[in-house]
Amino acid sequence: MKTVSSLLDEHWYERYKNISRLNIRSSIYDVTNRCNLRCKGCFFFSSGEHMVAAEENDVGKWHDFVTKEMDRGVNLAILIGGEPTLCLDRVEAFYKKLPTFCATNGLIKVPRDRFPDMMVGISLWGDAEDETILRGKDTFRISSANYKGDPHAYYLYTITPKQLGKTEKIIQKIKDVGLKVHMQLLSNDEDVDGFSWQADELVAVRAEMDSMLDRYPETVISSKYYHEVITTGEMLGRSFGWMECPSVTEPLDKRNPRPKRLISFIRWSSELQTMHRCCTSETRDCSTCKDGAAHMSWVMVNKRAHIRTTKDLQNWIEVYEMFAKLYQFIPW
Amino acid sequence: MSYDINQTITRISEIIINELKLEDVTPQTFNPDLDLIDEVGVDSMDLATVALVLRDEYGIRIDEDDYPKLTSVRIIAQYIINKLTEKE
Repeated sequence: MKTVSSLLDEHWYERYKNISRLNIRSSIYDVTNRCNLRCKGCFFFSSGEHMVAAEENDVGKWHDFVTKEMDRGVNLAILIGGEPTLCLDRVEAFYKKLPTFCATNGLIKVPRDRFPDMMVGISLWGDAEDETILRGKDTFRISSANYKGDPHAYYLYTITPKQLGKTEKIIQKIKDVGLKVHMQLLSNDEDVDGFSWQADELVAVRAEMDSMLDRYPETVISSKYYHEVITTGEMLGRSFGWMECPSVTEPLDKRNPRPKRLISFIRWSSELQTMHRCCTSETRDCSTCKDGAAHMSWVMVNKRAHIRTTKDLQNWIEVYEMFAKLYQFIPW
Repeated sequence: MSYDINQTITRISEIIINELKLEDVTPQTFNPDLDLIDEVGVDSMDLATVALVLRDEYGIRIDEDDYPKLTSVRIIAQYIINKLTEKE
């Protein structure tokens, strides 16, 4: 039987032990159905999830809900939208009790006197031209001014096919404002012309992501194995899809056989009672889903499958470390 | 009633090998002191799977809060024996 220490040298074994007992149990929460942008390709609006249930407006109920979530074993709250910063009292209900990550478009600055160390992930969909096409405005100009030099914020750069050959300019801009960046790929949920990935483009973007990680290791939070998995949809000879996805809401998960999955994971609507099927759009074709968190979780929950060769296990460690950094379980 | 720790260790090793589909190891060759998390790569979902089988096998419930303590087959065996003894 292959053991962890038989595959790793001392340095890598220490890295493994630093993360092996973290036991992260995340769930995702829609904080509101509203947003101050309407982006083409935003799964939340394109699949009608903003209309699934009314919002819970009583902040006291949000506090009670968070307590129940903690009792359920959740130790990481991932807040998404609509736009969470439109409802900071609800965000605070999580932040006061739980390690909390808040996704935002960055147009409203999270007040640091109220949320001093909450990790903020700022969405960015490309350069000014792409942002204008897809989101109606160049958000970087505003978000970078709001978060310049913030040690608890990073950019979630969604790369589109139109960004091929242009990612370095974006990474450099992010570096120049003293922030870090994590890269993911657009899932073109609204079939915007020219924004769906072709096979040759996925090969090219993988090479470009690898190159950015090599050239900007202090700015880019990523791993080449993650690039491989998200661009190919393959891991250890298996293909990503519904029967493999780890980020399915547990009470709604009737899959048989049940794959390795996130324990206790639920994605809640902002009404606090309705559950969404998974971490992204229910209408999305799972076989072409490019959701970054789902793919990194796919790697993470399949730890023992990676205890196969030294390289496989090192790949797993790098992806887990990436996740742990993005959610502040270990330092940058 | 007294319980044989070695028999319990062998049975738990067998369950873990079967449930987690571990290769190149038998209940007889499985090191009961091997750290399941640091060395075998067991995660909390694996432990939950094993805990269900142990519940059916021994009629005891393993609290989820106890998972972090259950780091080797020998420790699990002793945990089960303690629970069985408490039940008597």
